[in-house]
Amino acid sequence: MNKKEKVMRRLEIPLKTDIISSLQAGDMVLISGEVYTARDVAHRRLYEALLKGEKLPIDLKAAVIFYAAPAPTPPGKIIGSIGPTTSYRMDFFTPKLIENGLKGMIGKGGRSAEIVAALKKYGAVYFGAIGGIAALTACCVKKVELVAYEDLGPEAIRKLTVIDFPAVVINDAHGNDLYLSAQNKWRIQSI
Amino acid sequence: MDKTRKIDSKLITETVKKLFIEANINLGQDVICSLQDALAREESPLGRQVLEKIIDNAEIARREKMPICQDTGLAVLFIEIGQDVHIIGGDLRAAIEEGVRQAYQDGFLRKSVCDPLTRKNTQDNTPAIIHIDIVPGDRLKIIAMPKGGGSENMSAAQMLTPAAGSEGIKNFVVEKVKQAGANPCPPIIVGVGIGGSLEEACVLAKKALLRPVGEANNNDEHLAQMEKELLNSINKLGIGPGGLGGRISALAVHIEMLPCHIASLPVAVNIQCHVARHKEEII
Repeated sequence: MNKKEKVMRRLEIPLKTDIISSLQAGDMVLISGEVYTARDVAHRRLYEALLKGEKLPIDLKAAVIFYAAPAPTPPGKIIGSIGPTTSYRMDFFTPKLIENGLKGMIGKGGRSAEIVAALKKYGAVYFGAIGGIAALTACCVKKVELVAYEDLGPEAIRKLTVIDFPAVVINDAHGNDLYLSAQNKWRIQSI
Repeated sequence: MDKTRKIDSKLITETVKKLFIEANINLGQDVICSLQDALAREESPLGRQVLEKIIDNAEIARREKMPICQDTGLAVLFIEIGQDVHIIGGDLRAAIEEGVRQAYQDGFLRKSVCDPLTRKNTQDNTPAIIHIDIVPGDRLKIIAMPKGGGSENMSAAQMLTPAAGSEGIKNFVVEKVKQAGANPCPPIIVGVGIGGSLEEACVLAKKALLRPVGEANNNDEHLAQMEKELLNSINKLGIGPGGLGGRISALAVHIEMLPCHIASLPVAVNIQCHVARHKEEII
């Protein structure tokens, strides 16, 4: 076996402080436990509720948010196709959520310097999942519960119970960024 | 002699419905072949894993009749209507919208359309984006293209100066792909529209995405060469499958071109994720 081939590491939610601190950008992980789906509008609502000091519909303490909105559930299935949406759109709202206990995010695409700094300051981690493989990803979801903002339809907050959800650590709690390092490694400089 | 051919609007609705459901579930063979070719060429082990999962996912989606991606897109349509066609039984646009509505409702596709300011979902994935061309003949061609938001967000248009020339165009395209990085779900397909006006360049870029993946521009050798050069430059960026690093950042670059104003050099880049979906039928 190729020595460089990474071994998948199993993670349980809630993520413990020492586990978060041990995660390194590039680590392949299988996540199990409860995650909340939330994306654009749900983030705005959570953010505004925090600013107003209102009680949130979900407990952010040690929570993991999955930036996703599933396709409708067909008959006989637990959930429709589901996968990550692009994360940078949540960057504006995210530091506030991290300040209030959020420990993990699952999405796709790069994050801003503010997010990288917040992950470092509060000890949290950003995981990347592969976009566009939503029929496959749906197989990891074992239970779905609608918890808030039902009026948002697909964008509502749902609690998903996932088992062995495959992801990779993009931004760890130490300031590292897998997208940057991987792209630097594979870039061919033009002469 | 009256050459008009009657087409019932109900047939248009049924066809639009069928095409959107099929496009969302059944990835085109051209895309799958291109992904398999990419898998054979990708040097990054992680990149190969991503490509394998993408190919597996297409198979699961087809078998389980599940959408390939949860983002089942804005419903973009290109309609070519023969000038000898007479549509009966209702309005063309209404028939198309009804087909989209039924596809997204009955096909368990995600409704991803909202008011831009209030962000309130329209609940049925309408309105669709409908481009209509009048062409000779008595047939009606419908191309259904569900277009995801993540890749569309990484697209851009720019009015370059004529002095910028081919080099300016190439720099603009590569820069947009570089900035997009992992966001638009690479490996991507890059549609480029050159010339026309601002809006025409954008439509050309989108139409370029309808070509079978990797097929060179057949009408213009110079453009075919530019497609090759751009693909080569993009695949030096190191973005790789899933943005996790590698050789294959794009599967193809397709360019379409039209003449433009003597003062202008419009260029548009429409980025398509690896779930490149479009189906068509001629009635």
